[in-house]
Amino acid sequence: MMLEGNRLSIAFGGVRAVTDVTLRVERGELVGLIGPNGAGKTTLLRLLTGVLVPDAGSVAFEARDVTRTSIHRRAQMGFVLTHQIVRPFRDMSLLENVMVAAAANLTRRPWRALVAVEAQPARARARSLLERLGIADAADKPAHSVPLGYLKRMQVARALALGPRLLLLDEPLAGLNYSEATRLADLIVELNAGGITIVLVEHNLSEVTRIARRLVVLHNGAVLAEGAPREVMTRKDVRDAYLGNEPAVGAAHA
Amino acid sequence: MDYYLSVATFGALNVILALGLNLISGFCGQVSLGHAAFYGLGAYAAALCSVAGLPFPVAVVAGMLVAGIFGIVVGIAALRVREDFLAIVTMGVGFLFLGVVRKQQWLGAEMGIAKIPSPLDKWGYALLAIGAAVALVLLSLHVRRSWMGRAFGAVAQDEDAARSIGIDVAGYKIAAFFIGTAAAGLAGGIYAHMTQIIVPDAFNFIQSITILAMVVIGGIGSTLGVVAGAVLLTLMPEMFRFINDYKLLVYGTLLLAVMRFSPEGVAGLVRRLARTAQARGGRRPA
Ligand SMILES: Nc1ncnc2c1ncn2[C@@H]1O[C@H](COP(=O)(O)OP(=O)(O)OP(=O)(O)O)[C@@H](O)[C@H]1O
Ligand SMILES: [Mg+2]
Repeated sequence: MMLEGNRLSIAFGGVRAVTDVTLRVERGELVGLIGPNGAGKTTLLRLLTGVLVPDAGSVAFEARDVTRTSIHRRAQMGFVLTHQIVRPFRDMSLLENVMVAAAANLTRRPWRALVAVEAQPARARARSLLERLGIADAADKPAHSVPLGYLKRMQVARALALGPRLLLLDEPLAGLNYSEATRLADLIVELNAGGITIVLVEHNLSEVTRIARRLVVLHNGAVLAEGAPREVMTRKDVRDAYLGNEPAVGAAHA
Repeated sequence: MDYYLSVATFGALNVILALGLNLISGFCGQVSLGHAAFYGLGAYAAALCSVAGLPFPVAVVAGMLVAGIFGIVVGIAALRVREDFLAIVTMGVGFLFLGVVRKQQWLGAEMGIAKIPSPLDKWGYALLAIGAAVALVLLSLHVRRSWMGRAFGAVAQDEDAARSIGIDVAGYKIAAFFIGTAAAGLAGGIYAHMTQIIVPDAFNFIQSITILAMVVIGGIGSTLGVVAGAVLLTLMPEMFRFINDYKLLVYGTLLLAVMRFSPEGVAGLVRRLARTAQARGGRRPA
């Protein structure tokens, strides 16, 4: 078992964003996590990665309880999240953004980082990741100056630079045009085939159903359905959940 | 000659203070409005050591460590509060320091500590201070190039993003506070022995704002800019005596003017001028 979110719950004031959700992901899986706007997908990912501490429930990564483990420790362990709302280091170039992650072994301890100046290996690795994501043309542009689609892919590159074993992607395809989205979706499949376990939150249903082998549908903070994409998408309750939130279907997201 | 030596020594001490604060605020993005308190901690700790008969180098190192350790404590407090509130907390640290030393008899209360043994002559202190300032310039330039500097940049620009790529945000903040405040402690130790008398008011809020003004006017984040800022604000009150009486007003106005018209300070101004000059040169027919 790669990841196990066990009976997770959290409420913000009166809003019960996630209620009693259990999510199990086997090593090597590519799971699609879908649901209408406000279903609790982002909140669930945040609970899993430690950005939020659950009111109840626990999280295990590779059979170790990490419920109280800090975000950066989880990232160092190979358990990485990319944010739905892009979080670039704004004044760094795209290349530098990815470099900082590529040097994670050097920045792990501040005093070690103080005596480490060699940047070439991190730079080379960062550049090849930008190429892989198809955004090397903007490598030297400051992050605050590039379009959203570039930042979305830079975040994936930055996450990959950490050498993750488990990657949680929150709407990586948002802000990409049709061909860019297809290309990134193909890359996600390729990464998964290369051994990275992936949980993918996406509103682009045609791409998720195409690449995910299992779907989990969240609705009102609870798991509504789960199973093979084709079966799940034809279920009446799933369709109703989406229809009840009509603007959600295919809506563009940042 | 003595006069110039003492101005040079104070200039060097200001460079040390400003570069220490620049490490905390410019590199790691943490506001501090109480930097003078660490200057004072270093001065008092070193003075007490020397008065107690410990050798000068031991006293100076003790001053550094005491300031650095309190810096770590403030760094830990910095983990718990939001950015805007950190300004208040660090300002509070400054007032707390003053409040405590003013009342403690064993610290001399309002009278401060006098008759601090002085092992060096004017030249000795000038060379020591300048040597320490140069060392701090080199350290700053090195940190900027090192992975510590890049990680500081990540923490300064987006803490959450930094965490999500495995950076120990807390550890880096504490490291920045330690280095920056230990530097202030070093300046304090040298200052105490040079003047042989220290009083609480030398480390008050105006002093904290003065150090901040050096950093901001020089160009926050830029090592050489901050050195320029420190030198400038050391010389200004020497040339225009009246400034001494209106420090808070003059520096406050300068601070606001820089933030309004050249947020990157002197360093940014120089960069802009260089760029314009280059552009002009480029347009001229060959
Ligand atoms: N920090 C917060 N404070 C208060 N309410 C929150 C917070 N985060 C999320 N919520 C609420 O929790 C619910 C679930 O939000 P969440 O962002 O997890 O949904 P989502 O499925 O990711 O939606 P989307 O598809 O729009 O990204 C929403 O009602 C949202 O308003
Ligand atoms: Mg979301």
